[in-house]
Amino acid sequence: MQQFLQQMVNGLSLGSIYALIALGYTMVYGIIRLINFAHGDIYMLGAFAGFFAISAFHLSFIPSLIISMAICALAGMLIKRVAYKPLRTAPRISMLITAIGVSLFLENGGLMVFSPSIRTFPTVFPVKTFSFFGGLVKLTVKDIVVLTVMIVMLILLQYLVYRTKIGKAMRAVSFDKDAASLMGVDVDTTISYTFAIGSALAAVAGVLVGIYYNSVWPLMGIMPGLKAFIAAVLGGIGIIPGAVLGGLLIGVTETLVAGYGNSLYRDGVAFAILIIVLLLRPSGLLGKNQREKV
Amino acid sequence: MKKRFLVVMSLLMVLSLVIAGCGGQQAQQSQSGGGQSTGETIKIGANFELTGTMAAYGRTSVNAVKMAADEWNANGGLLGKQIEVIEADNKSLPDESTNAATRLVTQDKVVAIVGTSASTTTLGMVPVVQQYKIPTIATTATNPDVTVDPKSKETYKYMFRACFIDPFQGVVGANFAYNDLGARNAVLYIDDKDAFSVGLAKFFKENFEKLGGKILSEEHYVAGDQDFRSTLTKIQSMNPDVIYEPGHYQETGMIIKQAREMGITTPIVGGDGWDSPDLVKIAGPENMNNVFMSNHFIPSDPDPKIQNFVKAYKDKFGEVPDAKAVLAYEAANIMFTGIKNANSTKGDDIVAALEGLKDYPGLTGNITFDGQHNPVKPAIIIEFKNGEQVMRGRVNP
Repeated sequence: MQQFLQQMVNGLSLGSIYALIALGYTMVYGIIRLINFAHGDIYMLGAFAGFFAISAFHLSFIPSLIISMAICALAGMLIKRVAYKPLRTAPRISMLITAIGVSLFLENGGLMVFSPSIRTFPTVFPVKTFSFFGGLVKLTVKDIVVLTVMIVMLILLQYLVYRTKIGKAMRAVSFDKDAASLMGVDVDTTISYTFAIGSALAAVAGVLVGIYYNSVWPLMGIMPGLKAFIAAVLGGIGIIPGAVLGGLLIGVTETLVAGYGNSLYRDGVAFAILIIVLLLRPSGLLGKNQREKV
Repeated sequence: MKKRFLVVMSLLMVLSLVIAGCGGQQAQQSQSGGGQSTGETIKIGANFELTGTMAAYGRTSVNAVKMAADEWNANGGLLGKQIEVIEADNKSLPDESTNAATRLVTQDKVVAIVGTSASTTTLGMVPVVQQYKIPTIATTATNPDVTVDPKSKETYKYMFRACFIDPFQGVVGANFAYNDLGARNAVLYIDDKDAFSVGLAKFFKENFEKLGGKILSEEHYVAGDQDFRSTLTKIQSMNPDVIYEPGHYQETGMIIKQAREMGITTPIVGGDGWDSPDLVKIAGPENMNNVFMSNHFIPSDPDPKIQNFVKAYKDKFGEVPDAKAVLAYEAANIMFTGIKNANSTKGDDIVAALEGLKDYPGLTGNITFDGQHNPVKPAIIIEFKNGEQVMRGRVNP
């Protein structure tokens, strides 16, 4: 029992990080039907921005987080402007291939600029463990920070999407781009904001991972990027609560497979889930089955 | 509109000129390079992990190979010519290693190759050097298959190595855990994609069970993972006497840190894949207690030969050399000696000279190659105390 609860905590922390990255995938897909494969590398950029803010400028956690979010939001908007906007009217496959290109550019650019060696994140939070339920569950300060930040981000995002003007515009563009444009919504700006918000969330995930596992390197975004993509598809790509559900599910499944089954199959199970979901519910767990309009 | 078209066209023209210029330069370079191989220098390839997950190995190794070449060159060179070291980056990947070796052999026309420092990448270039008959000496590739074909059990004619092999390191690890630490049951934690890690674990298991110990479980991870806590929670619940984790420094650092932060105080033992200053940086010195590794070398070894090398390396590169550097230096010197003894740059002559080496006085022991092109020499057990390396003992084969 104790081991099970502990594994659930491990899984939820890991899943929160996947969820934060998955949100960016899902938001961008929801609005321009693009799987932004460069998203995992934005997460890497966020981790490095946080790393430099903390280690070189000796900032504390919250300012570093905000700086990292700002840098990634700008990077996201820049990528959208340079790489995706010129292709808005091109076939969807062109944009997808461009996304892969941007991803490779960021990875190899990262290798050049940051050097390939791993960097160690300075210790930001005290190494301290709290026991709950008479020692059944042990939470470290880092666990608590990760879970809290995830929840705060979710509430902020929910507020942004459903209570603000820009959120309304995002939902409108996602629903029907042309109609939204006719109603006076600035589609281009709205898409830019979506990229900025998605990238800022990836930055949060990057900084949290840096703090949680205390290491960053230029290729760190590849695997979490893929897993978060699976999470987004699992929950139903384009649906915000779906990304969170998918992320947490993948995180918990991975931990349980490693903890009770064979750690060898941990990654395999995540991908097997993706295949099964795609076969049974192509639109994801929370997705509605929609006929493609021809 | 017309103006814009003109601008684009002129930009294109400038670009094409630049590209053509670059191409021309490249062609020239490779031409002059090709001419030199029969000319004044002897070209030695250095295939190493300059980028990628094992980049820390490659950097110090290339430094050491160049240092060895500089020393020979200062003393009149080799066969009356200067040695020229040509670097190639295998990006820590087996297929890139194949490419790197092919480039060294076909384009740079090297007469011999030194490298690589990991088993996976060396295995990637074995077919190339066998095909082109280029004598090659791996520095710290400890997997047995590096010099012996696993199917036919025949020794690869052109492959040598400067280090001991996995079975020996696995045996040393098991003996140390059973006899010295008094461990009776162990958990293996293996990097499943890595030939080195799988090999060491296999031989540890064989020997540990032969001694009377019990393997409670074999757990796996994959290089590049960041989260090890789920598996560590499982290991914690089994409460083993020792964890054998023959991985590389990057993941090992995270594993040790996460394990110690979770309150796992069990001794953790591993092999020479751990050897990098980055290990302590990643794990944090306060977590590096009750941690042991088998290795080729320790900088604090009182042997005067080693102390001289450490000093020379430190003067030149400003840091204490790791085992990768020592063995790259050793490998380069063995190869140069082989070429000198052969008095020829033909592959077969060099191989014959290397096979004929008898008690070559190396830094890490006296080196004679056995029938499988492996040197016979001792291993060292290192204990970490608050991140500091302390020599625990020397184990002879």
